[in-house]
Amino acid sequence: MSRTLFDKIWDAHVVDRMEDGTCVLYIDRHLVHEVTSPQAFEGLRLAGRGVRRIDATIAVADHNVPTEDRKNGIAEPESRLQVDTLVKNVADFHIPYFPVTDARQGIVHVIGPEQGISLPGMTIVCGDSHTSTHGAMGSLAFGIGTSEVEHVLATQTLLQKPAKNMLIQVNGTLSPGCTAKDIILAIIGKIGTAGGNGHVIEYAGEAIRALNMAGRMTICNMSIEAGARAGLIAPDETTFAYIKGRPYAPKGEAFEQAVAYWRTLPSDAGAQYDKTVVLDAAEIIPQVSWGTSPEAIIPINANVPDPASEPDEARRAQLQRMLDYMGLTAGQKLAGTKVDVVFIGSCTNSRIEDLRAAAAVAEGRHVAPGVRALVVPGSGLIKAQAEQEGLSKIFLDAGFEWREAGCSMCLGMNPDKLTPGQRCASTSNRNFEGRQGPGGRTHLLSPAMAAAAAVTGTLTDVRELV
Amino acid sequence: MDKFTTLTAVAAPLNMANVDTDKIIPARFLKTIKRTGLGVHLFDSLRYNADGSEKPEFTLNQPKYRHAEILVAGENFGCGSSREHAPWALLDFGIRCVIAPSFADIFHGNCFKNGILPIALPQEICEQLMADAALGANARITVDLEAQLITRPDGSKIPFEVDGFRKHCLLNGLDDIGLTLEHETAITAFETRRNVQESWLPAITGV
Repeated sequence: MSRTLFDKIWDAHVVDRMEDGTCVLYIDRHLVHEVTSPQAFEGLRLAGRGVRRIDATIAVADHNVPTEDRKNGIAEPESRLQVDTLVKNVADFHIPYFPVTDARQGIVHVIGPEQGISLPGMTIVCGDSHTSTHGAMGSLAFGIGTSEVEHVLATQTLLQKPAKNMLIQVNGTLSPGCTAKDIILAIIGKIGTAGGNGHVIEYAGEAIRALNMAGRMTICNMSIEAGARAGLIAPDETTFAYIKGRPYAPKGEAFEQAVAYWRTLPSDAGAQYDKTVVLDAAEIIPQVSWGTSPEAIIPINANVPDPASEPDEARRAQLQRMLDYMGLTAGQKLAGTKVDVVFIGSCTNSRIEDLRAAAAVAEGRHVAPGVRALVVPGSGLIKAQAEQEGLSKIFLDAGFEWREAGCSMCLGMNPDKLTPGQRCASTSNRNFEGRQGPGGRTHLLSPAMAAAAAVTGTLTDVRELV
Repeated sequence: MDKFTTLTAVAAPLNMANVDTDKIIPARFLKTIKRTGLGVHLFDSLRYNADGSEKPEFTLNQPKYRHAEILVAGENFGCGSSREHAPWALLDFGIRCVIAPSFADIFHGNCFKNGILPIALPQEICEQLMADAALGANARITVDLEAQLITRPDGSKIPFEVDGFRKHCLLNGLDDIGLTLEHETAITAFETRRNVQESWLPAITGV
């Protein structure tokens, strides 16, 4: 029988199947960070349990870490306690860990692929919804809660039922100025934040195949914003070339064996999907969110919706609430809206390719007066590479702040936050109320669009600048 | 985990769609290393003004809903992050059951791990229950997990679906990890087989 990429990875990891269809699913990689793990380790201690596979587990602190000078450690006591707790837990349970001062430290979803820890065909979990990012490698990767973190630490498995298969086919070619971020924002705008509920989304088509790994990670990263459990992209030559030579990837003959296996993973011809969505990449223009849900997306040249034209009362009230929170007027143009802050970073868009795209717009220009613009690389290694390539100099010359790696202003668990009423052009993944700080207003967009907003001081169509 | 068998309680209406995990518990409250004590921050931005005072109109601030144990909400409840702090906050406040037209997947799973029963019902039935909840503290709703029946204040009954395995765990307050460890032989056999078949699969060592 024809199987999808998801079916194949699932089948290869079923340890046991119960009568009602619940499976004991084997987990190949467990990524651990400081926010969602303390209670899991505490649970292990209380039950007298250990970690089953320390050689399949990797830990890093990313959410709470300061992105300014780290010489003096973490000032905020609760953040410090959470990171110190992780340090103690990884020491007690002998789990591999990249310390905050290590160049390999960074956002967990950036460093997994970067280190060759996340590989095709694997099952990968982390107590973090954006684990879907690793699906770009052709692996089944999904976020879990803390109880499941404890479950994986203790058993290296999860109790799960298979998800449904959804195919999103993106045909054609992106036009200049448009990126992977615009594709995924357009998809979420089309299918909504519950469009993928209960499904694993496989992204396919010419426009997806043409993306580099960073772009594929951006797409898979935001699968969760479409409600999907995971996003997947079939591994191909682009994937194999990316993996080869990475520190924890297989080497030599083992690499060849791995590639031979990975080539068997793509969905079979005739594989069935429960749901299919088709988009034309050529029709996508730079996308920006206007509201407080990732589905509140419009092209930069469009006007924000007018609740008066919405027939459904509950929906109308929701639109109005979003407009009020965002400080926007019904039917207004989004382009030209003044921004206070620009954030370039997060597990969605903090890779070297993202920084290059932003730097290309920033080069020779300057951050607009009154705008604060931050660039937060996804890992210490990306930071070093960007410095070597001269990107950091472009950003600094243009008046951007150049920071250390971490989650930063994506969710403001460290000191990088919006203040009430501030409007931010952000390359992150969520525009929920208060996400970047209480009262903060988030517009999601691509790195190039964020740089355009920084240098003009307003939401701007980057195609006018290139 | 506490068992969930039958619950008769006040239901609070929260007539909003897409209530995300940042609304349930904002990220700044995730810095705890405990599971308890989050109830005071539940729905923080909806529940409190910037100066920390309560917003009297918010459902859980109304005297009749302060002891609600059931929440009736709009579609796609719990969308967003995987933070288990969301069900922990609900539980710490006293909520044991959430009824909505649909739930985000991770939140839905996290509820079951904490003795909270999420019930998905068609929109029109949720609207009836929302209306029941609006009646206030004298209109109690009963949720019987064993029978998979909700009894409305007028005595009429509504059946609901629940995954068999999860129902079993909730009814008995079972620890998932203990159940999985009963598959220990199968897990070890799986690992042994893969070590041979996929010998290229690297271990994370020498970090």
